[in-house]
Amino acid sequence: MKRREALAKLTGRERYVDDLPLQDFLWGMTVRSPAPRGRVTAIRFGEDVDWSQFVVVDHRDVPGPNVVALIEQDQPVLAAGYVRHVHEPVLLLAHPSREAVRRAVRSVEVVVAPEPPALDFRITPTPEWIQYGTDNVLKRLQIVKGDVERALAQAPVVVSGTYETGAQEHVYLETQGMIAYLEGDVLVVKGSMQCPYYVLKALQHALARDGPLVRVIQTPTGGGFGGKEEFPSHIALHAALLALKGGRPVKLIYDRGEDMAATTKRHPALVRHRTGLTRDGRLLAQDIEVVIDGGAYVTLSPVVLSRAIIHAAGPYACDHVRITGRAMFTNAVPFGAFRGFGAPQSQFAGERHMDVIARTLGIDPIELRRINLLRDGQTTATGQVIRDGTDRLVVMEQALELSRYREKQRQHAAFNATHATLRRGSGLATFYHGAGFTGGGEVALQSRLRVAGRPDGRVEVLSANIEMGQGTLTVFTELAATRLGLAPEDVTIAEADTARVPNSGPTVASRTTMIVGALVERAADDLRRRVGLDDSARGAAVKEAIQRWHREHPGEGEPLFGEAAYEKPPDIAWDDKTYRGDAYGAFAWAAYVAEVEVDLRTCATRVIDFVAVQEVGKVLNPALAKGQVQGGVVQGIGWALMEECKWRDGAMANNQLTNYLIPTSDDVPSVRVAFLENPYPHGAGGAKGLGELPIDGPAPAILNAVARATGADPRAIPLTPERLMELLDGPASVGAQHAAPLR
Amino acid sequence: MLRPYGRPMAALSVSFSLNGSPVTVDVDPSARLLDTLRYQLGLTGTKEGCGEGECGACTVYLDGLPVNSCLIPTYQVRGQRVATVESLDPGALEPFERCGATQCGACTPGVVMTAWWIREHPELLGTHSIRELMAGNLCRCTGYDGIVDSVAEALRETGSGRRET
Repeated sequence: MKRREALAKLTGRERYVDDLPLQDFLWGMTVRSPAPRGRVTAIRFGEDVDWSQFVVVDHRDVPGPNVVALIEQDQPVLAAGYVRHVHEPVLLLAHPSREAVRRAVRSVEVVVAPEPPALDFRITPTPEWIQYGTDNVLKRLQIVKGDVERALAQAPVVVSGTYETGAQEHVYLETQGMIAYLEGDVLVVKGSMQCPYYVLKALQHALARDGPLVRVIQTPTGGGFGGKEEFPSHIALHAALLALKGGRPVKLIYDRGEDMAATTKRHPALVRHRTGLTRDGRLLAQDIEVVIDGGAYVTLSPVVLSRAIIHAAGPYACDHVRITGRAMFTNAVPFGAFRGFGAPQSQFAGERHMDVIARTLGIDPIELRRINLLRDGQTTATGQVIRDGTDRLVVMEQALELSRYREKQRQHAAFNATHATLRRGSGLATFYHGAGFTGGGEVALQSRLRVAGRPDGRVEVLSANIEMGQGTLTVFTELAATRLGLAPEDVTIAEADTARVPNSGPTVASRTTMIVGALVERAADDLRRRVGLDDSARGAAVKEAIQRWHREHPGEGEPLFGEAAYEKPPDIAWDDKTYRGDAYGAFAWAAYVAEVEVDLRTCATRVIDFVAVQEVGKVLNPALAKGQVQGGVVQGIGWALMEECKWRDGAMANNQLTNYLIPTSDDVPSVRVAFLENPYPHGAGGAKGLGELPIDGPAPAILNAVARATGADPRAIPLTPERLMELLDGPASVGAQHAAPLR
Repeated sequence: MLRPYGRPMAALSVSFSLNGSPVTVDVDPSARLLDTLRYQLGLTGTKEGCGEGECGACTVYLDGLPVNSCLIPTYQVRGQRVATVESLDPGALEPFERCGATQCGACTPGVVMTAWWIREHPELLGTHSIRELMAGNLCRCTGYDGIVDSVAEALRETGSGRRET
């Protein structure tokens, strides 16, 4: 089935939040902190503005607790006399003219008595930097399997390495935006978001408004990638506060500069590996330390850290593993959810480290992986027994074949021996990604979903899971239509409006198709039973039964719907206290190969071929699935090679698309995609989660390729030309490794 | 501190051709064509992505050439022909639907405008690849394969495709 809303998007008819008609409204804007840390001593309103024309909101206007409700209740809606990061919201302004409100924001001066900020998450904080607990550690987690110290002491070889990854900006093409207005007593907030019920909860909490007095509606969302997971709660609260005080609808749309400066990014990370092996490359012990920069508030950092450490050991069998994780407080703009959610950081380190091990031991990186890849019956770092029947060696072998890896290696050797200035190489990454919330998370979410039967016999899926480009509308349509034997035209997907749809959980964590999709199937079954049919009834019989039900229940009778609630598969168990057990219901498995060409004159790296092979359960919609992989790979190429946040006082200094570069069509090759299918019994139609997997693999595959092409030993991303030049030519370069390219 | 807070200048009356019909608007001298189209004329198909000419989401045709409407002062289009995504024939967009040119849709109208222009000027492919010609339109979802394939397919259907990528 073709993407449902494709034509509306192609013709420009799809209406995003800034496209909606709105009458007699105010434009809202945010006044932000100029300093990373300190007491707000004064707020000066310029005399060149007639302030009587403006709605002005500060922290005293927050009716309930001044916090944006999330994991911890530590982040204020508006700073109350103290700021912890540059761009922290202090004041809100609204006015009928957008130009006037822009000028007014520039006329407000927030005066801060500065205090020493913590700006480097990698170093132990000095006493004057401590602002969270006794050591600025937002969260500490540990996974222990076996006895890593003893195994390391006895290992014939120990290879150590330290790896770093930078922040990444989401660059969803539609910036963040919200509209808020009162409809009678009901506060309505509409906008671009991934998690309508997160926004609802935050509004109810800080505005001290009862459930029915707040309604949240998702508008077509122009990309999210995690950036619209937790952040929209802030902008929704800001728009709502202005609308409540101003008594008129308020529209608050960030321009690109504000969006890049003030919203979350991917957590920077530092990962250290100490690995014990036999001389022929069998893993004996993995000691891994993962440190991430959380920024100035807790936000989602504890769960990002959780996913980072669970994925840190890679898809390999090892009896002795210790993974420690820390999320550090700094006075940076808070970091947040971004596709992959910690796993890309820890797997960049792990997969780059595998090639460092291979080079140290003098063995082939493929052979190293072949020896250690998980076989069915073996366990992950958390003790989860892998027994899904997928042959991970076949996944790798297919990637090698499709990329003609071995043949290319010979060609590269010949090319590199003769070419004056160009060097080519291929690199591999084998990796995995767990789908759904970690551990007991899915149980805690208690997701519910309905499929309603309409008087005309058509059905409507009522879910809080949203479309942001990844294909929810199309896949839910296909699932309901297939289950009930209906045509796709007989299925509609309800707008994600909290006044109508049950809470089927957030649209995150590669969970929508696999977990929520299964609720679509079960709610469809339930609907069929409620109209007196058994599970074999399909098509016209279902439509007629629904129509008959409505004829027999005329007027105001109870609506007809089938319902399903999440039920934990019986064969998975997780202990959050010990971090042991089944971290995820299912893992998707992948092997990616990047081929690069490095220009030794400019030190620019170009990816000239990319092969992405993955096993993701049953592929429900091949075209959409391929698009997810290709988009994720290109986002990963950007993170690996060009996307660099430049920091000034913990805030992004290059907050423009002019100097924060993302890949264009001319920067990347065609991404060649192949799927292996091994249906997952608990996923919708046999599917496993897919959305995040593709961003885990590109960065390590590309850096492994650069290492092979040039002989350099890059350990940090983004590997910009400047960084590679330092490695190849700089005084601090890696010495002996800067010799001739590997032959 | 720089505070560009002058008095608003008198509105200018600007007449131009919009999607084939004459139109006259009163605009502030600093108004961008993008905002005039979206907020004054209600043509919200043209999107703002970056506001600085980097992303191409706001692409329209000015006298037949694709331009970033966020960089064009409205007064400059006086007497000229402006065409937006709303002027395209939806029926001819099928290859874009089929080949996965759109995901989230925020870059899509701009992508479609540039793609359509390539389709109308196939001679460009003698000197440029589709990837080069599309490089002024940023997309964060598709990885560009869906877009490049769609352009190639649209060219093939019009019988004018020469180079694949």
